[in-house]
Amino acid sequence: MSMAQKILAKASGKNACAVHEIVMAKVNVAMSHENADVVLRSFQEIGIDAVWDNKSIVILFDHRIPAESEKTAATHKRLRAFVREQGITHFYDLKEGICHQILPEFGHCRPGEVLVGTDSHTTTHGAFGTFATGIGATEMAGVWATGELWLRVPETIQITVSGTFRPYVSAKDLILHIIGQLKADGANYCAVEFHGPTIETMSIASRMVLSNLAMEMGAKVAFVIPDSTTVSYVKERTGQPFEVMLPDEDAEYKSRLAIDVADLKSKIACPHAVDNVKDVTEVNGTKIDQALIGSCTNGRLEDLAVAARLLEGKTIHKSVRLLVIPASRRVYLEALKRGYLETLVMAGGLILNPGCGPCLGAHQGLLAPGEVCVATTNRNFRGRMGSPESSVYLASPATVASSALTGEITEP
Amino acid sequence: MIRGTVYAFGDDINTDVIYPGKYLSITTDREEMARHCFEAVYPEFREQAQKGDIIIAGKNFGCGSSREQAATCLKYFGIAAVIAESFARIFYRNAINVGLPVLVTPGITHFARHGDKLQVDLQRGTISNERTKKKIKGALLPPFILEIITDGGLIPHLRKKLGINRS
Repeated sequence: MSMAQKILAKASGKNACAVHEIVMAKVNVAMSHENADVVLRSFQEIGIDAVWDNKSIVILFDHRIPAESEKTAATHKRLRAFVREQGITHFYDLKEGICHQILPEFGHCRPGEVLVGTDSHTTTHGAFGTFATGIGATEMAGVWATGELWLRVPETIQITVSGTFRPYVSAKDLILHIIGQLKADGANYCAVEFHGPTIETMSIASRMVLSNLAMEMGAKVAFVIPDSTTVSYVKERTGQPFEVMLPDEDAEYKSRLAIDVADLKSKIACPHAVDNVKDVTEVNGTKIDQALIGSCTNGRLEDLAVAARLLEGKTIHKSVRLLVIPASRRVYLEALKRGYLETLVMAGGLILNPGCGPCLGAHQGLLAPGEVCVATTNRNFRGRMGSPESSVYLASPATVASSALTGEITEP
Repeated sequence: MIRGTVYAFGDDINTDVIYPGKYLSITTDREEMARHCFEAVYPEFREQAQKGDIIIAGKNFGCGSSREQAATCLKYFGIAAVIAESFARIFYRNAINVGLPVLVTPGITHFARHGDKLQVDLQRGTISNERTKKKIKGALLPPFILEIITDGGLIPHLRKKLGINRS
């Protein structure tokens, strides 16, 4: 069986389950951010008083922090009251950061478990060998009420990666390359398993980039095969027991893809689709107005480190606004200690509070008609970051930092 | 049986296009959500589309964010059903959960065009085009999903299952 089959079999109390079978799966972790307010409305309509388990629900604020409007302030206030009333143990108010960074930081991502979140990029937590997938608000209300949901056991695409990256080429370039090949619906309804020596040597942060962006080709879950790196990361953050589940040697795959990264160049997703992927050199010289380093995709320590290395002692182009958003308070503090943030501020960057920032077009750095942003984020749909007449390019932290220096898209 | 006029879209219509991110702060007022559907990229939709219309679309309708508002805004606008070559999975589940009928129908974009009148039988998974007098069959919904839709969405369905009568 594949990882998806094994975890869903366990979660539904069976010894085995088949691809396409529909199972009722027990949920281990149920995460919601501000849209917990939409969940709450549906939960109240069900008409029961208490959630199924106040220790398995995680609520946090990251999408619009600090509140960008009175509506959001009211949402935050309602949810704080709900958290108190239900005794929700795991509540992270606006100081902690982005859900997909703080879930692992606080030990909520454990191999072999089922984690659902009212956020599409919940696939990120597959990087820990967790069956992690995004659901909608009403569905989450059902989970709050019953602790389970129906899932169709997905087929699996196996992706095996070998070779050593060239300098300044990273996990972001790799996953953009894969999305460019498989396209926006290439993994629809499927699980993805990332295997191979290149993955085994990757940091946790880089693995999370792969699982995060696999959503952009439609993946339901995106596993990195858990290993000693995974286990030691998780054990340092939680005392809760867990069972590592690995795919069987004879697991059946829908398809297999093998990639050697030795010759992989820096990649960029061009407007207005994540699967519109080119080599950075093909769009070299495109003028930019804004450069953004952050988000649940690339706002981690190693991302800030590479940007600081490229911008050390330099000043960004005078017509560029460089926004830097550490993914969490812990990342922020560590980047402060190591001097990365000082370097980025000295170079002309503006540090924003940990959160989703302008990625989804809510606030903090939206684009005017005709403006161009190169960002380390995950979506470049028309109008995503502001005006429908603006353009967003998606690239690695190294490409974004290099572009901020020159004022045009530049290969690092 | 659902009868309505076709409003046609292409491939990969994403949830940011259906419901812009700047309105995600609207969390409870569903009528207000409906006032912003397709606002940024297809502003003509709200002028031209009518209550009771059926959206037909190409592949991967509803890709992107998990925002339920994308399904809710269409339902409360009055869209009777969405029929697509294929759906992105979270939108598909959201639509079922909020009681917006959805039907996967390979070939639909060639079967009908903007302005056609269709009759949709969800129970049988069949669609008839009044202009061409032709019929096409969509993917049948599993009985328990059909039950969620006919109950009016996941909330009324759960209330029924859990035996909750109070409002």
